[in-house]
Amino acid sequence: MLMNLFKFKGGVKPPSNKLQSNHLPIAQAPMPSRLIVPLHQSIGGTPRPIIQAGDHVLKGQMIGQADGWISAAVHAPTSGTVLEVAMHVRPHPSGLDSLCVVIEPDGKDEWITRTPIDHRAVPPADVFHHLQQCGIVGLGGAGFPAHGKLTPSKGVAMDELIINGAECEPFITCDDLLMRERADEVVRGIAVFRDLLQPKKVLIGIEDNKPEAIAAMRAAVDAQNEPFSVVAVPTLYPAGGAKQLIRVLTGKEVPGSMRSTADMGVQVFNVGTAYSAWRAVAHGEPLVSRILTITGNVHAPRNYEVLIGTPMDELLALAQPHPDTDGILMGGPMMGFLVPNPQVPVVKTTNCLIAHADRLFPPKAPEMPCIRCGACARACPHELQPFEMYWFARAKNFGKTQEYNIFDCIECGCCSYVCPSRIPLVQYFRFAKSEIWAREREKNAADQAKTRFEFKQYREEREKADKAEKLAKAAAAQAAKKAAEAAAAAAAEGDATPSAGAAPDAAIATVNPEKEAKRATIEAAMARAKAQREAVQPKNVDNLTPDQQKVADDIEARRVAAHLIAPEPVAPDNEKSE
Amino acid sequence: MFAPAPFLLKDASVSQVMIQVCVALIPGIAAYASLVGPAILVQLVIATLAALAAEAVMLTLRGKPLALFLTDGSAIVTAWLIALTFPPLAPWWLVVTGTAFAVVVAKHLYGGLGQNPFNPAMVAFAVCIVAFPALMSQWPSVGLQLGLIDQMNIILGWAPRVDALSGATPLDAMKTALKLGEGSFDVSTLLANQDIYGNFAGRGWEWVAGGYLLGGLWLWHRQLITWHVPLAFVGSLSLISGALWLYNPAQFASPLFHLLSGGAMLGAFFIATDPVSGCTTPRGKLIFGAGCGLLAYIIRVFGGYPDGVAFAVLLMNLSAPVIDLLTQPPVFGMKDKA
Repeated sequence: MLMNLFKFKGGVKPPSNKLQSNHLPIAQAPMPSRLIVPLHQSIGGTPRPIIQAGDHVLKGQMIGQADGWISAAVHAPTSGTVLEVAMHVRPHPSGLDSLCVVIEPDGKDEWITRTPIDHRAVPPADVFHHLQQCGIVGLGGAGFPAHGKLTPSKGVAMDELIINGAECEPFITCDDLLMRERADEVVRGIAVFRDLLQPKKVLIGIEDNKPEAIAAMRAAVDAQNEPFSVVAVPTLYPAGGAKQLIRVLTGKEVPGSMRSTADMGVQVFNVGTAYSAWRAVAHGEPLVSRILTITGNVHAPRNYEVLIGTPMDELLALAQPHPDTDGILMGGPMMGFLVPNPQVPVVKTTNCLIAHADRLFPPKAPEMPCIRCGACARACPHELQPFEMYWFARAKNFGKTQEYNIFDCIECGCCSYVCPSRIPLVQYFRFAKSEIWAREREKNAADQAKTRFEFKQYREEREKADKAEKLAKAAAAQAAKKAAEAAAAAAAEGDATPSAGAAPDAAIATVNPEKEAKRATIEAAMARAKAQREAVQPKNVDNLTPDQQKVADDIEARRVAAHLIAPEPVAPDNEKSE
Repeated sequence: MFAPAPFLLKDASVSQVMIQVCVALIPGIAAYASLVGPAILVQLVIATLAALAAEAVMLTLRGKPLALFLTDGSAIVTAWLIALTFPPLAPWWLVVTGTAFAVVVAKHLYGGLGQNPFNPAMVAFAVCIVAFPALMSQWPSVGLQLGLIDQMNIILGWAPRVDALSGATPLDAMKTALKLGEGSFDVSTLLANQDIYGNFAGRGWEWVAGGYLLGGLWLWHRQLITWHVPLAFVGSLSLISGALWLYNPAQFASPLFHLLSGGAMLGAFFIATDPVSGCTTPRGKLIFGAGCGLLAYIIRVFGGYPDGVAFAVLLMNLSAPVIDLLTQPPVFGMKDKA
């Protein structure tokens, strides 16, 4: 079938290095001595451990429960005993520890009871729940929980469902082999996604350097009589980037600021995700293993089906690394990273292990100054100006990097790849991004502190005003008492000398006219304040139940008894708005 | 071990870029040498040595690694452009002064490789034509055949600078004749003088320009330069010269004459395309190239200097940052909003 393909700007053509590992069928990796299963393996909440050291677990038994909607469960990859739930280094460039479940396999590989579902017979919410409980996450790299991407965006029709089999990174062939050998189940998984998303079209994009995979997928689509298009896309890194593949297949450009491609009516899943989703739906199998490529500086590069949690050094040994191997690269050579130590485990998003050696990846020549040749800008698939962002990132002028859209950078590495000055541009951009994030956090913290401080100031002023008012009240009461006493004394005197009855009053009035006037003013002010306070009652005292009203009244009574004044309204604005 | 992705890198380096620029200059140099003799090769050597020496001194003063930066080739490109734009029989010290000024002041005092706002070779040309106008206007008379020894003697100052040397470039000769003649000469009569002029422009100089064009096209083919600057340069120069030529062909030379004279081809493909001091965005490059072509024409036809390319490039260098700022292309996914 012929269809009109689009182009994205930029891109590079690094040597593909795929032939080393794609000529042998997928092999089953042997059972490792122990499995280290990190609980945090996907984007979103970290699953909570629901087993303890010493527990016996079965293959596929849940060991980490999803925490929140964007989170996916984690399972025991084989049957065995839980040795510990403890912090271990996880395969991440940071080299930080994270909570892992360590399992000693019992060798029986005994499954739990698996419960398939009929995704057409149950409501979609049940399918989402099932996928979440089976720990299905995006296997293309990001590890986004699959169910989170299967709900269509509100108000935007789902035009295209895109299945990503491009696999544009050099060296990696796991998706290639998966499509060659298990195309049937991949296509069934795609059908599940189709049924949930109801897109107008389903497009399966595969780079044209994988003719066998394209043929196998076409055959499977035809055999199942599905209206899916299997499209050979030109081999150009990073054609497998979600936004690039969307561009190539549909012509749509999803802006960097848009979080979800569903807002543009298109959704992308990796072929591996479709396969595991089908295993979960049709066989009730949680995601406990995946296919990964072991290649690089080794004698026997090949693809293996590997249990999640297998230590990487045990896997690398299968491919017989050459003696000069000095590290393990997880992922491809364009976006991957050297793992912090060789014992780190395989996780759901580990698609490739490359034995690193200087022979294969020569140490970089010294960095030279940028000559503004613009090669990076021509290579950038997001049409950014990397040399400008570099300039500002280097000067720590992060505001400017944002003006040059640094957050649109997908860190594909094309700019670093072509740079004649050997500038590690992507590193500069990661640095700038993390600095901006750190500053954002600091700013938020500072804003919160400022709010707290301002509230404290307001509270202190209010307390001071309250106190002053209380004192004024007490003084007024005192004055009133004195006046009353004086009046009583005068009355007593009047009784004695009635002829001079009017004189003392007049005397008092003449003696203290200023004091009298002041007292009247104070009393008037107090009356106004009281009226205002009564007018502005706290909102939460409306519509009280009789019981609550009683409790409130009791408190009020106690307050009055303790000579406390009625509480001020909380917000100062309320008074102003009177 | 700190080794960030990507682990695969394309085989590219600054020195490769610079070497390819030098290679691309060779056809033009060959034509030049066949026109004026081996003097130009001597000048290339003098300029190269001067540039490397100045570079080494400045790198040492600035505490930069010598080997790394001396081999990047940028100083050699500057030196070659200076040698190719200065009169071929200029005294050695003039070339050395120009080159040293370019490397020391225009390049290193601004921060070295990649930091210079102005094209160093053009700074050298401008400084020397202002400081030494007479020497910078002495071009060998066409047809003057001197051997290597004679030419060396003139360059090194061991022989008197005879009057036979003080010719003008064809471009300059044309302008002077048109200006002084006050209408008594017209372009076609002047061009008919086959001592100075060939088919389209200066005799022999056409071939030099052709050589630069060839090398420039090769640079474009190698993706070291994009088409924007040369096309805009050539386009605007052709447009303005074409318009005036159509208006009065007796007083204004044809576009072909202007394209094949002076520094037009060298400027369009090798000087205005300098990425450090030029524009970087596609639209910016078009404006930059067009501005260079236009200013070069105005200066060479109406101004006081024999050629306008150097000043045109410098003026556009001055405007490049603003042009870049105003012509930022929209990024992926933001084209509707831009």
